[in-house]
Amino acid sequence: MLQHPLATFMTMAVIAVALALPLFFNVFLQNARSATANWNQVFDISAYLDKQAAGTRAQALAKQLRARADVTAVRVITAAEALTQFRSASGFGTALDALSDNPLPDTLVITPARAASTPDGMEKLERAIAAAPDVQTVQVDTEWVKRLYALLDILRRVIWFAGALLGLGVVLVVGNTIRLDILNRRAEIEVMKLVGATDGFARRPFLYTGIWYGLGGGLLALVVVVVATGLLAKPVGYLAGLYGSQFHLGGLSFGLGAGVVGLSMALGWLGSWLAATQHIKAIEPT
Amino acid sequence: MIRFDQVHKRYPNGREALSGVSFIIEDHEMTFLTGHSGAGKSSILKLIALIERPTRGQVFIGNQNTASIKPRGIPQFRRQLGVVFQDHKLLHDRPIADNVALPLIIAGVPRREIDKRVRAALDQVGLLGKEKSGPLELSTGEQQRVGIARAVVGKPKLLIADEPTGNLDPDLALEIMRLFKRFNDVGVTVIIATHDVHLIDRCDARRIALSDGRVTASADTLVGTPA
Repeated sequence: MLQHPLATFMTMAVIAVALALPLFFNVFLQNARSATANWNQVFDISAYLDKQAAGTRAQALAKQLRARADVTAVRVITAAEALTQFRSASGFGTALDALSDNPLPDTLVITPARAASTPDGMEKLERAIAAAPDVQTVQVDTEWVKRLYALLDILRRVIWFAGALLGLGVVLVVGNTIRLDILNRRAEIEVMKLVGATDGFARRPFLYTGIWYGLGGGLLALVVVVVATGLLAKPVGYLAGLYGSQFHLGGLSFGLGAGVVGLSMALGWLGSWLAATQHIKAIEPT
Repeated sequence: MIRFDQVHKRYPNGREALSGVSFIIEDHEMTFLTGHSGAGKSSILKLIALIERPTRGQVFIGNQNTASIKPRGIPQFRRQLGVVFQDHKLLHDRPIADNVALPLIIAGVPRREIDKRVRAALDQVGLLGKEKSGPLELSTGEQQRVGIARAVVGKPKLLIADEPTGNLDPDLALEIMRLFKRFNDVGVTVIIATHDVHLIDRCDARRIALSDGRVTASADTLVGTPA
């Protein structure tokens, strides 16, 4: 393989492209998940109490909810506070003056615990709050979080599937390269067999070649992904800034990178093993 | 001992290369297989090296019937054998020393031992000091001697050679034959297939003459001519 550096590099580049695609999408997905994990914190649950409920009910319920493990904090907004806030924020001041009494109910703003910030946890908490006496409406926009999670889940499966196909592609590419290599070295393999080489002995150098292809291709794929995420980090940071988020694009973790290189070497080995086993067996001295 | 017992060999293309060949070659013997091209010399060597299998009849090497050697056992069998080819079959991408070392590497001999034995084998064929040369830097006669060094480096009890002097001028050819004779003198059984009648006349060895796949004359230990 060292005799033909260009051909060797091309093979590694093909492997790199095949591996970089799913790897890059995986990094993208990881970031999407961590971004939504952050956003979940923002989604407090609002519980509007029955307007007929006594003024002390709000504080009592807040105390009761604070005791729950899946609740971090509960803020009470009394009807009067809400009205003041609304008056100053909305610009409907004079319209509100026309009303005979305060149309707003007492409100509890419940911040769920981080551990409960999953779609399931949120729903459970929501049901518990709704079941409490005097709670008229519970509002939490978990629907879109659920949809996003479902979407990400589908995306994850698509990436796995695409990754599996591209992995198979790597096996085939290495296998085909090794096959050509073997045909080019037919005479050499014949001589080896004539002086007593087993198929396994003749196969060994081709397995090493396959593993080297995998190593080179895997490292090249890492370079591609690191460069791509590097180029995206700034615009993504800017976009997050526009949403007032502190989110930063996370790069490739060391574990994932090492795993991909290891997988690539394993695929290279498998491809060369399949090709070498089949084709070396067929070469017999004449 | 090598014993051919009524051996027939028919190739897939229908050509009958051997038609009932029988002979015995004793240990430590030096034997020439002679005959025109296509007489069956190469087929006999291929049957000995298990490159081919007989269509009918039996081939015994040592006391083993080669029919009992399964494909898995062929590599091990060939390691006890030295083979020399007319076209040398050297690997041109590596130096002489690595070519000669190949059978030892395959047999799993330790590296230090390999260096020693490669030098000894090259010394025997008069090529000591050329270890690092590439095969193509050598003359044809020298390349053939590398081929012989590779065949004997594993210290085989049996050495077979197919037209080893086919591409050499008479003086070089005689030199190669003397080399084979020296290995024979130290107890190696040597079988050489050649059509070079003049060369054989200058060498003192037993002959098995073949014609159209039959043994026509077997000097010394005549075992049986086909009916």
